[in-house]
Amino acid sequence: MDFDFSDDAKTLREQARKLFDERAGPAVARKHIDGDGIDRDLWRTVVELGWTAARVPEAHGGIGLSAEASCVLAEEAGRALAAVPLGSVLAATEALIALGSPEQQARWLPGIADGSVVAVPAWAEGGLSPAKAGASVSGGRISGTKAPVPDLAAAQLAIVSASGPDGVGLYLVDLTGPDVAVEPVETLDLVRRHGGLTLTGAPAEPLGGPSGYHDWLDRAAVLGAFEALGTATAAMDMAVAYAKERVAFGQKIGRYQGVKHKCADMFIKLELARAHALHAAWAMGADAAELRQAASAARVASLDALAFCAEENVQIHGGIGYTWDSDCQFYYRRNRALAAALGSRTFWADRLVRSLEQRNAVAA
Amino acid sequence: MDFTDSPDDAAYRARARDWLAANGAEYRTPPAEPYSRDELVRRSRAWQKAKHQAGYTGITWPKSMGGQGLSPMHAIIFNQEQSRYFAPTGLFEIGLGMCIPTVFTHGSPEIIARYVAPALAGDEVWCQLFSEPAAGSDLAGIRTRAVRDSDAPDADWIIDGQKVWTTNAHLSDYGIIVTRTDPSVPKHKGLTMFIVDMHGDGVEARPLKQMSGGSDFNEVFFTGVRVKDSHRLGAVGDGWKVALTTLMNERLAVGGKPSHAPDYAMLMDFARRIETDTGPAIEQRDVRQRVAAAYIADEGIKLTQMRALSALSKGQVPGPEQSISKVVVAKTMQEMGALALDLSEAAGLVTADADPVLAKFQGSYMAAAGLRIAGGTDEILRNIIAERVLGLPGDLRPDKDAPFNAAVAA
Repeated sequence: MDFDFSDDAKTLREQARKLFDERAGPAVARKHIDGDGIDRDLWRTVVELGWTAARVPEAHGGIGLSAEASCVLAEEAGRALAAVPLGSVLAATEALIALGSPEQQARWLPGIADGSVVAVPAWAEGGLSPAKAGASVSGGRISGTKAPVPDLAAAQLAIVSASGPDGVGLYLVDLTGPDVAVEPVETLDLVRRHGGLTLTGAPAEPLGGPSGYHDWLDRAAVLGAFEALGTATAAMDMAVAYAKERVAFGQKIGRYQGVKHKCADMFIKLELARAHALHAAWAMGADAAELRQAASAARVASLDALAFCAEENVQIHGGIGYTWDSDCQFYYRRNRALAAALGSRTFWADRLVRSLEQRNAVAA
Repeated sequence: MDFTDSPDDAAYRARARDWLAANGAEYRTPPAEPYSRDELVRRSRAWQKAKHQAGYTGITWPKSMGGQGLSPMHAIIFNQEQSRYFAPTGLFEIGLGMCIPTVFTHGSPEIIARYVAPALAGDEVWCQLFSEPAAGSDLAGIRTRAVRDSDAPDADWIIDGQKVWTTNAHLSDYGIIVTRTDPSVPKHKGLTMFIVDMHGDGVEARPLKQMSGGSDFNEVFFTGVRVKDSHRLGAVGDGWKVALTTLMNERLAVGGKPSHAPDYAMLMDFARRIETDTGPAIEQRDVRQRVAAAYIADEGIKLTQMRALSALSKGQVPGPEQSISKVVVAKTMQEMGALALDLSEAAGLVTADADPVLAKFQGSYMAAAGLRIAGGTDEILRNIIAERVLGLPGDLRPDKDAPFNAAVAA
């Protein structure tokens, strides 16, 4: 029984935490309200440290680490609200590794590893769930509008969901090519920038089929769960630190059960989410049959934990927490960005129950 | 990451499984009717004795105490295998899980020699006499008195008072009791622990009928009960420290979900069988959301326990995440029960001829109300998480440093 990250993954996590502690965090995130949402110096360091290469196979210029590496990196980037497109790149890398042909991998993975290519998934279209896509592909050309797409302005490659002959699948779209237009989209998250991608017959290569698309959704959900866990943990830590310091009615507010029980509930929700996220990391690394169930549970549990921690962090801070100058808003806003990033809680809860039904049907 | 047993653990599991298959055949299925009291005691003792002869008792205890000297992992493996059966184990859980470890940690060699072996062999049943009507969560506020019978240094003690929520007191031979021996000092400092003979003069256990209709608990009255000084556990005034030994063991014992309680899979099957105006209940969006929540809590605790097993199997101490177990399990049982009853419409209320699965959900809904209180209420457990794990300041305790007999409730 070894239900924990490997020592290698733990070492990488410590390294990432150290860098992001020094160079990211909410105070740094605040500076990006007026910027373009990318801390280029930090991103250069992330690339130099090999984190975009971590998951890329050695044959394509990477380090060839297991899925655990991406999980710990996503968690630490989430904890620090790091203004780098790491989460997008890790999720896009996962698509190329899981679904790409040898030619597609050879064309794109070396650039992702060395930082010359920023790749982003682009599945969102307004009110549609991930199961649907209005964008469509015909004769190798893709048309439609994808928005909001995180980190789009920094990207050279998009992994786009679109309706093809067999259903919704993923397509590779070179954003430096023709018939591609990118424009900013304002969102509730002031730090992570989103964009709108308008495709008018741009060249598109299929990346796996419709079943591959759903397999990628599960993998992206695992990475998203770790990012949410990281962000939620930071919000809880901020709330607990304030409860230990703020005095009201002659004592620290952390003494009041109305406050301390909220903090305990943050911990409870986080630890449930962490257990499911670890299970999902295992399922992803082992290509286990439980991946869909584990990834769905990890996503729902982590979004629940994040929403609770981000919302109650503001509440525990009281009036000061509602001011523009308080950092509470960054967790509160990022909570919405992560909840919208890959299909709603409702979509994933339904997907969880469906996967349980299918497993039970197989078992019966 | 790897969910398989180490070769040693796998071998131990295989041996346990073989032994259970050979010796537990009659407990493969639940009893058709609940056992009578005498039958329960007879079967519990026989099962304990059989395990004892096969070396499956006191698994983690030192060999000098008659145990097996093995790791917590071995105990967990045996319990996992045993939980596939419906063998009667409850009668000895408190005695062997909490009382006897306290006895062999704090008792004299003579006391250990007299009491440990018969308990382990299933010959003597023990109970834990801690809570009182006026002292539940606030255990150090107990009022049961123990007074020396004379000024002699080894004088007997005379105990007077009342205990409550004492599991299996009416079936027990001995108990460990925490008493107040000095009311003139602050409440944690004036306590002393004793071993008491439950068949002795002046001890009266009255079963308490629970809200659920069952009677697992008792009120126990002590009237002039005489206890020898040799049966004191720990020094006079050290009762709180001794009680903490017991409670640490209690937290390990009351952590998980009661075995054979309904789980998310049973809830899903149940919701599939229920026809609503718009098809099977499981197809309804809100039901699916609530089933997902049940899965996350139910499986999340199992996975959290696997994190602990993982630490134990590497010889490490499990992390603080273990403290979430009971508070999640009890409330989830209640919510799953309530959902099953809701889905049943008015039939959810009717107990006569209830479908066996519905009856199970009715039972667990009723039991959950008690589980949320037993072994630390939801509120006390949240205090513990907030204070010991997150480091928040403790509640203000205005009576903490005042002499017990001077502290006045506000």
